Amino acid sequence: MALLQENVEEVVRGAVEAHRDDRGALLPILHDIQEKLGYIDATVVPILAKELNLSRADVHGVVTFYHDFRKNPAGATTVRICRAEACQSVGAERLTELVKSRLGVDFGQTTPDGGVTLEQVFCFGNCALGPAVQVGEKLYGRMDADRLAGVLEAGR
Amino acid sequence: MTVTVYVPRDSAAKSVGADEIAAAIAEDPRVRLIRNGSRGMLWLEPLVEVVTPEGRIGYGPVAPEDVEGLFAVGFLDGADHRLRLGPVDQLEWLASQTRVTFARVGVVDPLSTEDYVAHGGMAGLHKALSMTQEEVIAEVTESGLRGRGGAGFPTGIKWKTVLDAQSPLKFVCCNADEGDSGTFADRMLMEGDPFTLIEGMTIAAYAVGATEGYIYVRSEYPDAVSVLRQAIELAYARGWLGDDILGSGLTFDLAVRVGAGAYICGEETSMLESLEGKRGVIRAKPPIPALHGLFGKPTIVNNVLSLGSVPMILADGAKAFAAYGVGRSRGTQVFQLAGNIARGGIVETAFGVTLGDLVNHYGGGSRSGRPVRAVQVGGPLGAYLPVSQFDLPMDYEAFAAAGAMVGHGGVVVFDDTVDMAKQARFAMEFCAVESCGKCTPCRIGSVRGVEVIDKIIAGRNRSENLVLLDDLCDLMTDGSLCAMGGLTPMPVRSAVKHFPEDFNKLPTEGFSILEATQSLEAGR
Repeated sequence: MALLQENVEEVVRGAVEAHRDDRGALLPILHDIQEKLGYIDATVVPILAKELNLSRADVHGVVTFYHDFRKNPAGATTVRICRAEACQSVGAERLTELVKSRLGVDFGQTTPDGGVTLEQVFCFGNCALGPAVQVGEKLYGRMDADRLAGVLEAGR
Repeated sequence: MTVTVYVPRDSAAKSVGADEIAAAIAEDPRVRLIRNGSRGMLWLEPLVEVVTPEGRIGYGPVAPEDVEGLFAVGFLDGADHRLRLGPVDQLEWLASQTRVTFARVGVVDPLSTEDYVAHGGMAGLHKALSMTQEEVIAEVTESGLRGRGGAGFPTGIKWKTVLDAQSPLKFVCCNADEGDSGTFADRMLMEGDPFTLIEGMTIAAYAVGATEGYIYVRSEYPDAVSVLRQAIELAYARGWLGDDILGSGLTFDLAVRVGAGAYICGEETSMLESLEGKRGVIRAKPPIPALHGLFGKPTIVNNVLSLGSVPMILADGAKAFAAYGVGRSRGTQVFQLAGNIARGGIVETAFGVTLGDLVNHYGGGSRSGRPVRAVQVGGPLGAYLPVSQFDLPMDYEAFAAAGAMVGHGGVVVFDDTVDMAKQARFAMEFCAVESCGKCTPCRIGSVRGVEVIDKIIAGRNRSENLVLLDDLCDLMTDGSLCAMGGLTPMPVRSAVKHFPEDFNKLPTEGFSILEATQSLEAGR
């Protein structure tokens, strides 16, 4: 999916404008851009650097440091499985293996049909009701592989 | 006749269907629905409460298909049903706790300023504004409050340092990047009683002379972000934030900042870098943030629960808070029972309760029904403890003496199917993924840690590699710049110490000088 350059510039300028008065605004700006574009396109970096009077390396460094910022578009649905200790203690690793084999992708990858992107997360703060899985915006507790398959099927 | 029904909006309750239950119940025209926080009895979620002359009657855990049956038996009158729990306040699990910081969570409508005031909110700020800055800080110091984020540093001393720093601009930053597995109390307080945090931060701002504040919330907590933003807007509208707060002349502006998925930003200096719009790389200390914090200005950095405890300390006095607890661990702690546990949730009680009491009495043992084998206390950087240590009291000093830490009060339970060598490996793997990369012991040491544990698990020169692992742990402990690399050895070492059999499952390969040399070379 190629983005129109004018579109990217407009989105970046809009995000910068919205946070003009914020102190240290780069993170909120990047969140805004990702919300609009779905990811941080490589062409965002030089425009943003110029707008904020930062070096490209500074902006690139921030984009790549944080797990949330994507370099590529995600699939239609993002499935995020918690792999932290509390969820591990109730079978998160087993669930992860099952989901990986069913979807045929590893963490950070998208299914070939563009339907699902699989990601690992360390903790949603739902540690008493694990395993915790987020599908799109919605968080699910006490998840198992069959229920997850059902949720994904219902979402298609 | 209108009946008030509470269905939590807490994200844990929502993760098991609270939204669907709320929607189904709200369809009845007799119902006035309030979305409260969670009472913290998470195994009972979704927990529906009906207001009756007898008190708030609980039903739970309610599944969507139960709603029709509940209406059929007349649950709006508190009628009997197999899910009926009785008056919620009187449930032993809740009644035996000492809810101080969590007094209003699950009780009030989180976004009602009227409800907040009716339940004692703003009394602390009113009291603080009638005192001098020094008096407020003396009160916090005398209460014995120590940082609830894990480090346990005395809050009053931190505040005094910021007050004494000379600067026209000072900040109050709330660290709400609760990234540790097994901890969710910050999230529940923010979602269930956000005004408490806002009030606590405003008191802190007054005490040290700060005019701006930030709550740094991790992006994994979208519900907390949304509730806080709404609460801040309401607080501005009521004159609880902004200029001339409560007519006192105090100015304090507060905003929420959202993280971007980096565990290390829970470390205070990384959080400050992130707030400044940079990579969340830690800063070497000194200078301490109290003197040289956000944008180089004097800054209070406190955890959600520390700041959330402040309104009560001011309202009821330092003595009331200090009366709880043991030794130098004063007040109450919000323990979080998580993992493989039958009754997971929030237990707020005075320090000194034993680990076994939390796991067995409150928690009801493992969820799987199998014997409990290990408990990790204080997050992914905390020690794994065996059942033989269940008589340890929850007390900063007692835990430190046992080679463990109370940390944030998170307790994660594992049954006897756990493989402790794998857990030790995971601790190193987690550090490798989440290290900010600034210091070598953490960045490289964690990668080497995974490799050396893999060799131990595979039975390759086990005894030599255990010595190597111990040496690596020493180096990471002594040489890392912050707690990430410095404490990762704690879960690793505790696993080796208490569960050595798990590191010894395969027969050790025959000793060969060649292989020992190769393995040492590779480990370098």
